[in-house]
Amino acid sequence: MNFQAIKTIYMFEMIRMFRTIGQSIAAPVISTCLYFIVFGSAIGSSIESIDGVSYGSFIVPGLIMLSVLTQSISNASFGIYFPRFTGTIYEQLSAPISYLEIVIGYVGAAASKSLLLGLLILGTANFFVDVSIQNIPLMAAFLILSCITFSLFGFIIGIWAESFDNLQFIPLLVITPLTFLGGSFYSIKMLPPIWQKISLLNPLVYLISGFRWSFYGNGDVNLRVSFIMTALFLIVSLLIIRWIFKTGYKLKT
Amino acid sequence: MNEIIKISKLNKNYAGKYQALTDVDLSIKSGEIFALLGPNGAGKTTLISIICGLVRITSGIINVDGKNIDDQPREIRQRIGLVPQELTTNMFETVWDTVQFTRGLFGFKKNNDFIENLLKKLSLWDKRKSTLMTLSGGMKRRVMIAKALAHEPDILFLDEPTAGVDVSLRKDMWAQLHELRKSGVTIILTTHYIEEAEEMADRIGVINNGKIVIVEEKEKLIKKLGKKHISFELEKELTSIPERLSNFKLTVKDKTLNYEYDSKNTDVHISKLFDALKTEGITYKDINTKQSSLEEIFVELVKNS
Repeated sequence: MNFQAIKTIYMFEMIRMFRTIGQSIAAPVISTCLYFIVFGSAIGSSIESIDGVSYGSFIVPGLIMLSVLTQSISNASFGIYFPRFTGTIYEQLSAPISYLEIVIGYVGAAASKSLLLGLLILGTANFFVDVSIQNIPLMAAFLILSCITFSLFGFIIGIWAESFDNLQFIPLLVITPLTFLGGSFYSIKMLPPIWQKISLLNPLVYLISGFRWSFYGNGDVNLRVSFIMTALFLIVSLLIIRWIFKTGYKLKT
Repeated sequence: MNEIIKISKLNKNYAGKYQALTDVDLSIKSGEIFALLGPNGAGKTTLISIICGLVRITSGIINVDGKNIDDQPREIRQRIGLVPQELTTNMFETVWDTVQFTRGLFGFKKNNDFIENLLKKLSLWDKRKSTLMTLSGGMKRRVMIAKALAHEPDILFLDEPTAGVDVSLRKDMWAQLHELRKSGVTIILTTHYIEEAEEMADRIGVINNGKIVIVEEKEKLIKKLGKKHISFELEKELTSIPERLSNFKLTVKDKTLNYEYDSKNTDVHISKLFDALKTEGITYKDINTKQSSLEEIFVELVKNS
């Protein structure tokens, strides 16, 4: 294992984050604060509690997930797309690094950034609403698993993308709507029965529900199902990446 | 010299449509400078890219120091440095950081003294804190070389290293590459500049349409395929070639008599020509000799291949 190469890629990506701290950290934290002010304090104060949790507190796990998922995808996709765009990817491909090591470097850095961001938002939420975490290990497990899974997914997008437009396409037009419709701001039990069933087709429902369960001890779907679905998504992403490197898809001719 | 790279029956077909390389057999000797010449699209970059792991092999075998590149890619890649044709750089990075990054990718720990020495050798030390976007094309090219050498390789591939570089910088680079060769690095370069191959290479390979046309030591190649040319500045105009001189390949234009012959031939014909000219009473006031350049040989080879 070329640990030095993994460390080099990881540190390169982390330094990039600190160089663009405004875009990487400050912007998502500020926008989440705005959500808390608008939905948590202003509108939330006139909304009834859900499953015994105040509305402001209820949306905390969903908001963390919203930022973590979009940032995981953005960071990982940009990380691998940029060297493809500039042509510097030749360095990684000609260096004595296995594909696994490349993935660990890029995905590890993207997941670390998202984890840091998720924790920052969690800390920030405490300034606006009461947040209690019923099961800290489970919360950490869901958070870390989500960061890794969606960073892997972002890595796939970064390999697939042909332009910067493509990079934005999935986070903005797929992930954000699915997160909003996946119970970030409401419980799917509040929906009419038909929409409850349709919502179950949204994979992010399981992720958000499981994460919320770790905070308040209840969720929209069974905890075990949430965990299995998240792990399944992780495995599918890993299999796709394995296929990409095996075939050289968009990397080698 | 030992063989450090051996390529046997190498074929590359892009998506079943375009045959870029056909049955390429090539050996590179340890410590030499090998120049691969060929027109655009001949397969030079594909060949280099395959050895460096950027392009997949369709069929064939490549061994580096006896190790197969498919079986032991890590060991082999660690020994190879590549300067690609395009100036592909991360423009926001500083010279220092980007060279250190490459060193790390190849599994080497930071070595500030080594990098400092390398940047000084390449006249980049003063620019170490500059971002790549602020550098000129020539400087960027040097950075590419520094990156390729950051992990102390003993085989260096340079894909058209002096393309777009001005004459004085080009000569500087040649001197630096000669220095590298002295330190034991095997250098393989592709180039469009015949002058560059003539100046640098120990051996020359010519590739055209994905096939190796010839591989030969530079001096031998010039001798083997080169032509020599003698022109006599006559004192009086000659209207036609006299019968006695018809055995020689002579042409005449105004007051110039031209004689062309293969350089590998002995000088027997020349002395016969001088004798014949004297017998015919053809006098001359000056003689010029010229040997065909590598460029002329290259053009001839490509035309005939």
